[in-house]
Amino acid sequence: MPFINFSKDEIQCKIVYYGAGFCGKTTNLQYIYTKMGEDTKGKMVSIDTRGDRTLFFDFLSLNLGKIRGFDVRVQLYTVPGQVHYDATRKLVLKGVDGVVFVADSLKVQRKKNIESLINLAKNLAEKGVSIRTIPLVIQYNKRDLDGTDSELLLLEILEKDLNSMLKVPSFSASALKGAGVFETLREISKLVVKDVSRKIMLVDQQLR
Amino acid sequence: MNIIITKEDLKKINFFLDKVVSSSLAHSVLLIDRSGQLIAQYGNTLDIDILSLSALTAANFGATAEIAKILGEEEFTLLFHKGKTENVYFTAIGEHVIMVTLFDDKTSLGLIRLRINQIADELSNALVSIFEEKKEIPFLKPQRLS
Repeated sequence: MPFINFSKDEIQCKIVYYGAGFCGKTTNLQYIYTKMGEDTKGKMVSIDTRGDRTLFFDFLSLNLGKIRGFDVRVQLYTVPGQVHYDATRKLVLKGVDGVVFVADSLKVQRKKNIESLINLAKNLAEKGVSIRTIPLVIQYNKRDLDGTDSELLLLEILEKDLNSMLKVPSFSASALKGAGVFETLREISKLVVKDVSRKIMLVDQQLR
Repeated sequence: MNIIITKEDLKKINFFLDKVVSSSLAHSVLLIDRSGQLIAQYGNTLDIDILSLSALTAANFGATAEIAKILGEEEFTLLFHKGKTENVYFTAIGEHVIMVTLFDDKTSLGLIRLRINQIADELSNALVSIFEEKKEIPFLKPQRLS
């Protein structure tokens, strides 16, 4: 649900980072926060537990510059990944314009990734949104562990598990080291802005 | 629902926000939607991180609505947080919008509540008509973009 403000020529969009517990959603936002310039970012707000598990959400507001004369502001949210926080995930998904699904590349997390994607589809459907039409990008995180003792899933297996039906853009990433983080953000922003700008064109003709 | 606000709409909304600020001595009022987007602000909000405040307010409202459901209520329509000098009062305005009123010890909770109650229905009706008239705009059906 983008908010288009013709009085300030501003568009606000909401992008949610979704995925199973410990997959690296918060780490994505933290990396973005540390690398963005002061003039383009707001404060990062986190509601987490003492064990650094996200309790409610993380929130970061970014200014992405202008499109068709409108200032574009995206608000990035994460959801708590733990299974029993489903009610909280539903709250954060309210009014979402685009989703980044963060998948954990660790072999032991294979089932949890699939369950979380199904959970996303279900929670979107409850809001009348189809996972097949909402702007969506998948990120395969923790690729920096490749070659270490941790057993990782092959990218082909992750693609087959999570993206064989959806066929959305996907990126390998290491949220901790930063690889792929901005590529993911750039792609989801592009898809969301494209979606919103189609709406602006239509509205603009009628309201101005 | 897409929210679209024109200059005319904002003028209408600000009329009500001005009424609240000037008659209750609150120092600022925000209108936000239930997903955490800031719709309008009025008064002295320069020193406040209003984007974070909007996101947290929507979350706060959502969380307390769940508490209400556990207690057999549909939702709590108002919330109040008291600090040493700053206080904040949240009111549901219709189905989609929350009004956030910030005030200090120059005024009282009673006066704030009275003034907001006096305009809440009218503001709610104005917002409904703002949202309703945009419903006719033929948005394209959602489709996957490449």
